[in-house]
Amino acid sequence: MELLNVFIKAAFIENLILSYFLGMCSFLAVSKTLKTAFGLGLAVIFVLGITMPINWLINTYLLDETGILGQDLTFLRFILFIAVIASMVQLVEMIIEKFSPSLYNSLGIFLPLITVNCAILGGSLFMVSREYNFSESVAFGLGGGFGWFLAIVALAAIREKIKYSAVPAPLRGLGMAFLLTGLMGMAFLSLLGIDPAAISGN
Amino acid sequence: MAETAVEKKEGVFTFGKKERKLLTDPLNDNNPITVQVLGICSALAVTTLLVPSIVITVAVIFVCAFSNLFTSLLRKSIPKQVRMIVQLVIIATLVTVVELTLKAVNYDIYKQLSIFIGLIITNCIVMGRLEAFAMANSPWKSFLDGVGNGVGYGVILIIVAFFRELFGKGSLLAGSPLEMKIIGATPEYWINTAADGSWFSWYSNNNLMVLPAAAMFLIAILIWVHRAWNPKLVDIS
Repeated sequence: MELLNVFIKAAFIENLILSYFLGMCSFLAVSKTLKTAFGLGLAVIFVLGITMPINWLINTYLLDETGILGQDLTFLRFILFIAVIASMVQLVEMIIEKFSPSLYNSLGIFLPLITVNCAILGGSLFMVSREYNFSESVAFGLGGGFGWFLAIVALAAIREKIKYSAVPAPLRGLGMAFLLTGLMGMAFLSLLGIDPAAISGN
Repeated sequence: MAETAVEKKEGVFTFGKKERKLLTDPLNDNNPITVQVLGICSALAVTTLLVPSIVITVAVIFVCAFSNLFTSLLRKSIPKQVRMIVQLVIIATLVTVVELTLKAVNYDIYKQLSIFIGLIITNCIVMGRLEAFAMANSPWKSFLDGVGNGVGYGVILIIVAFFRELFGKGSLLAGSPLEMKIIGATPEYWINTAADGSWFSWYSNNNLMVLPAAAMFLIAILIWVHRAWNPKLVDIS
């Protein structure tokens, strides 16, 4: 049940985009149409769910002083994490291309771009600083990805509608996207009242 | 050999109109945040206070300038297929240098910034400039471009942090020796709202400013002002 707590916390209460601004660049760039936003959201869930446990294993068994090498190699953390993320994205890309060419085509350029999505690296770094264990890190990865997915799909849907409104010219496009994200962030704040322990029955 | 040396002397470290444009362009027409929309991810969460924002700004200028420089030096020997990885390794190394330095110099701020120093790696502005500029230009120009973009980024960060700290906490530069207490309900502040007959007795800190949403609103307003003042940036689509 502890895992459900971590999932709900990552997805709603401490949403990666709306309360930490992680993954903002692709969030703003890709949220113009609902369809691409949906695809990117799914890819982010997938990549976060995979890289998080791998980075956990690397951090615990390779970099930590108590690991296999017996030396404190934490200064290599950034380089190894980003290398894992880059290679995982590459791998995911190849697998999707092989097994589902239609999904691959609809994702297009956004798949490789996930490498530089701060939400992925940020998730791994949060995992380290919050000292999650293995299963918690899986739950955190999936929950964080799900929250990211929800936020980008919601913003894309609003942006599709707002095209037909009379927005002041200098605010059109980017400015409006920022305002909307801010409002969504405030709406998500109301979820702070959720008590994860009560949900999971602890 | 002699020829190349002469060429370097003439072409490499000049500072003319073109070079100046590399520095000033990112401040206005090509601002990383309000125009290029890059690099918003990693740093907005730190803008609740001025001091961490300044630290992040300095770190980004450093990383941006030197990663541009090194990538530009290596640009002819980087194979196209693996350039992303090479660039990421360069950036990650520089960020590690920043992280360890900060950890040694000021541990409190290091703790406060937590993961956001590491997130400079995925700050799109660094990667974006490497791809768009450093891979195609000489080292000196790339260096200037990096400094320019780092400063253009930092200016927005510091403006946002200024308003958030002033209205959210009533102070400026809190946590540093230069701390200024501007407005608040105790006698330590310049404007003491609790004093008898104070004109500011209605004032209290705006808690919204401390929330992440406030940064989004402030940037939206900055974009609005910027585009109203510089109409060629208006989004026509």
